[in-house]
Amino acid sequence: MSIYAKQIEIHGQVQGVGFRPFVFNLANRLGIVGHVANGPEGVSIFAQGSSSQLTDLLESLQTAHEQPTMAKVHSLVATHAEAVRGLDTFEIVKSAEGEVDLAVTPDAAVCQDCLEELFDPNDRRYLYPFINCTNCGPRYSLIKSLPYDRANTTMAPFTLCSPCDQEYKHPENRRFHAQPTACASCGPSLKFRGVDGKTDPDPIGAALALMQQGKIVAIKGIGGFHLVCDAQNPEAVQRLRDRKQRPEKPFAVMGANLESLRSIAELSRAREERLKGHDAPICLCPKVEDALPDVVAPGLNWLGIMLPHTPIHYLLFHRAAQQPTGTAWLKEQQTLTLVMTSANLSGNPLITQDEEALKQLAHIADGFLLHNRAIETRCDDSVISMVSSQASIVRSGRGLAPTRVKLPDSLKGLGKSVLAVGAFFKNTICLTKGDSAYVSQYIGDLDNPECCRNLSETVAHLCSLLDIRPDLVVADLHPDFYSSRFAREYAQANQIPLMQVQHHHAHVAAVVCEHEIDGDLLGVALDGLGLGDDGQLWGGELLKVSGHRSERIAHFSKLKMPGGDRAAREPWRIASAALHELNIESEQVIHLKENEGYAVVQQLLEKNLNCPETSSAGRLFDAVAALLDIKQRSDYEAHAAMLLESAAWQYLKSNPWPQESPLLKTEGNELVIWPLLQRLTECEDKGYAAALFHRQLVDGLVSWVTQAGERYNLTTVALAGGCFLNQLLLSELQAVLAEQMQVLVAQKLPCNDGAISLGQAHIALQALAVENNDKNRDGLCV
Amino acid sequence: MVHGSGGKAMAQLIDQLFLQAFSNPYLDQLNDQASFNLPPGKVVMATDSHVISPLFFPGGDIGALSVHGTVNDVAMSGAVPKHLSAGFILEEGFPLADLKRIVDSMAAAAEEAGVSIVTGDTKVVERGKGDGCFINTTGIGVVPDGIELGGDRVKPGDKIIVSGSLGDHGVAIMSLRENLTFETTIESDSQSLHDLVATMVEAVPELHCLRDPTRGGISATLNEIAQQAGAGMQIYEEAILVKPQVKAACEFLGLDPLFVANEGKLVAFCPADKAEHLVEVMRSHPKGAEAAIIGEVTEDSLNFVQMQTAFGGNRMVDWINGEQLPRIC
Ligand SMILES: [Fe+3]
Ligand SMILES: [Mg+2]
Ligand SMILES: [Zn+2]
Ligand SMILES: [Zn+2]
Repeated sequence: MSIYAKQIEIHGQVQGVGFRPFVFNLANRLGIVGHVANGPEGVSIFAQGSSSQLTDLLESLQTAHEQPTMAKVHSLVATHAEAVRGLDTFEIVKSAEGEVDLAVTPDAAVCQDCLEELFDPNDRRYLYPFINCTNCGPRYSLIKSLPYDRANTTMAPFTLCSPCDQEYKHPENRRFHAQPTACASCGPSLKFRGVDGKTDPDPIGAALALMQQGKIVAIKGIGGFHLVCDAQNPEAVQRLRDRKQRPEKPFAVMGANLESLRSIAELSRAREERLKGHDAPICLCPKVEDALPDVVAPGLNWLGIMLPHTPIHYLLFHRAAQQPTGTAWLKEQQTLTLVMTSANLSGNPLITQDEEALKQLAHIADGFLLHNRAIETRCDDSVISMVSSQASIVRSGRGLAPTRVKLPDSLKGLGKSVLAVGAFFKNTICLTKGDSAYVSQYIGDLDNPECCRNLSETVAHLCSLLDIRPDLVVADLHPDFYSSRFAREYAQANQIPLMQVQHHHAHVAAVVCEHEIDGDLLGVALDGLGLGDDGQLWGGELLKVSGHRSERIAHFSKLKMPGGDRAAREPWRIASAALHELNIESEQVIHLKENEGYAVVQQLLEKNLNCPETSSAGRLFDAVAALLDIKQRSDYEAHAAMLLESAAWQYLKSNPWPQESPLLKTEGNELVIWPLLQRLTECEDKGYAAALFHRQLVDGLVSWVTQAGERYNLTTVALAGGCFLNQLLLSELQAVLAEQMQVLVAQKLPCNDGAISLGQAHIALQALAVENNDKNRDGLCV
Repeated sequence: MVHGSGGKAMAQLIDQLFLQAFSNPYLDQLNDQASFNLPPGKVVMATDSHVISPLFFPGGDIGALSVHGTVNDVAMSGAVPKHLSAGFILEEGFPLADLKRIVDSMAAAAEEAGVSIVTGDTKVVERGKGDGCFINTTGIGVVPDGIELGGDRVKPGDKIIVSGSLGDHGVAIMSLRENLTFETTIESDSQSLHDLVATMVEAVPELHCLRDPTRGGISATLNEIAQQAGAGMQIYEEAILVKPQVKAACEFLGLDPLFVANEGKLVAFCPADKAEHLVEVMRSHPKGAEAAIIGEVTEDSLNFVQMQTAFGGNRMVDWINGEQLPRIC
């Protein structure tokens, strides 16, 4: 038998996820000798064996379901190597000195193996609230610095006991180098504290009892605290709303398992798979009517649901189920469902520290379920919309962040790193290095000082974890975002250039980056608003994008915003502006006049005073929602638009799409909205009108885009911007457009401002690449 | 008003008007310059050009405003304002009656502020090249011994005190200019603060800094000082007085009272242990009757100015670059 050898380089998310033990076990199973080590960009394997053994190895290495749960392989390159005589074992060798560790992996929900142990009375970790292994548990949230070693995590204070140490050191063990591993005798522990400061020897029991009495408990999880109460108790949920001063924003609900969630939301195979992912996100799914009190998610057609992600959550459900042995109960429907909402004070970041929680939540929570494993990096729950048939990310947080996006090969060789700081709302930052862009967790809205601090901290922390010193910093065009101020100061302090990127170009570039597309294409940005190249407020744009350049070729009609930003919170103002423009008096819209301040707004409109104009599609949704009296004032971002979408879904449940001749027409470079708005003011049935609006918008957009495609001879279109969180719009538009063009949509990141930082970074790198190639500085605005 | 040959007669008429209204020994010497002695102490000087539409508004006019603005700029150093210069740019055709009204109002404001207008100048520009009447004033004053104020003296722990309600001037001007009708008339707060300042520095000479939050409102002032002091600021919405009618107008118009100009208010930064006493002293003065501590200076390397809202949240009080653009995306 001939012996061959191969050198295999694997890049991607392969460090700190149990990849080396996986290779070790695989090699031993196949009878291959050699070694595996972590290298500067991933994992390096030297494998020696027969030709068929090596083929099997390569095949298994590339088979996703054989890989460790949390691994993500970007590339695998195998090259021929010289066989080594006398090699008879396969070993995990220590990493080279000074290597750059890339082990910044997201947190993962507790795995099935760990659950089996958790509910096995004979296991030494029976009911241990911090059970985890290399395939699960916290990661990003507890790493303080690199290399990814226990000493550099918040687990450092807990010295491994001898049985845990044994497992940690054995390559065959599934806890080999599991940095957060622990057991009851050596690891963190739970603590319950009542509002009176009293502790309880049975923390799980005490917390559950409170919730069963309709009380609110603050529970420390992986990325921060949740405020939790019984989802089936309307008084409890209302109390939580009152105390949190959050009148209508929807709450997410946790159920013990899919069987329990099925009773409150419509599941499908795809939704179930997504819910069960190791990131255990909140999934927005169509809600089962009247299954839960309306106060959980008022007026919406969908509900955010999730499965437990920490052993602590499982223990609560387990206790509620009378502590059955084994995991069979996890296949049966459980009655308890819990409202889980981020524990923060209005607009502030999620609370992560015990003292903070005890102080700031004292007036909200009736009890606290705390523990002594510190949270280093705050991570909000990730949110994924699965309202239609496809999944769209709404918010990247726990389990998804930091999101690593592979950059096109053309940008890899630049040898430059950029820092992009995003925009204003739902902000993230992005750092690039080599062939990867890393997008941070959700940082929050930058009108809040703590979120702004969070931005500074995240930049520092991620730069240090990824060992990046940016060569360029990128910000939005808007001068008054805190992110822009941060970028100016950062550029100055670090003596690096600052570049500004137009908001909607960044939206489109983020989608393009995800798909690694080169060449010219059309971009449709339907968004809230952003500052345009011309100093106007954009947000319903058709762009022609070529690399780092973009050209605005068309836009929506402009709506006035009487009172500026105030109009974004009060859709009735925009509706009034639309009516003023239409110059009509209609019985159907009499409700607008009942708004306090109506007379002043009329004066503002007449005098064109503090009435900035915007081509924003988001404001069009607001205008329609208020015209139809679906929502006059928003309690949270996109509130009115979400209710409008819900009304359309609701109508379409039992009716076909409204069929009327097209009302959205293109005139010159403007998509004219007025005839459609006029028609909507005549509709008697809100549901019909909501569905009609969506239908007309989709049809209008289709001809808008296809005509431009013909004119510019382009066959690819990217759909971007916050409005595409509207699943009805997205799925319909995508389906129709896909018949004629290649349609790109966001998949790994949100289509909203959460991906602005990625788009900014992508444009900056492309600009740098052009500069590099041509030595042509034109177009790079430094 | 005419230009050219008949202009000379008119110029004399205007000079007469000024001389009569502002009459004081320095001006009356009719020299091209005023000469005077100043009491001992550090001399401060400030200048401001006043351009405002409309020229007459509830609570004041451009004349009084041009005195108040410069007197206050001088006074914010802790100085006692002494003398003013006045430069007028008038548009051809501007009614003499209006000019008289403005000049009389200036004279009254100067008298109230204890300053004399010691030198002046007038130019007439062609019709269409000016907006009726522009006034530049320059003021000079003397700081009493032992008083040293400045943004760089502000320290973490200092209390932030405001002398009264915010936003009155800006909202009054805007409502009138745009002919907006509200239920009640909003008046400008335009006034000289020299006497209030004198009372304050006398009572609490340890005071660190005074500012008048004019253009850009208190937000601009706090951000400026935060940068100068290398510190942060925490203020409390509930402690900030905004008159109900101003608040309502701001809500309807979509303005933030913190960004709206004031012309008769000051912000003081004072060591914490003297703050209560200072507020008491201010309240005993009619121009500070509604003085209150609105927050404190904090240790903050990012120099954030933040406000705890009435709902208990905290928000950034931003430094806006120029005109306020909508941001909600
Ligand atoms: Fe956006
Ligand atoms: Mg001034
Ligand atoms: Zn596990
Ligand atoms: Zn142990």
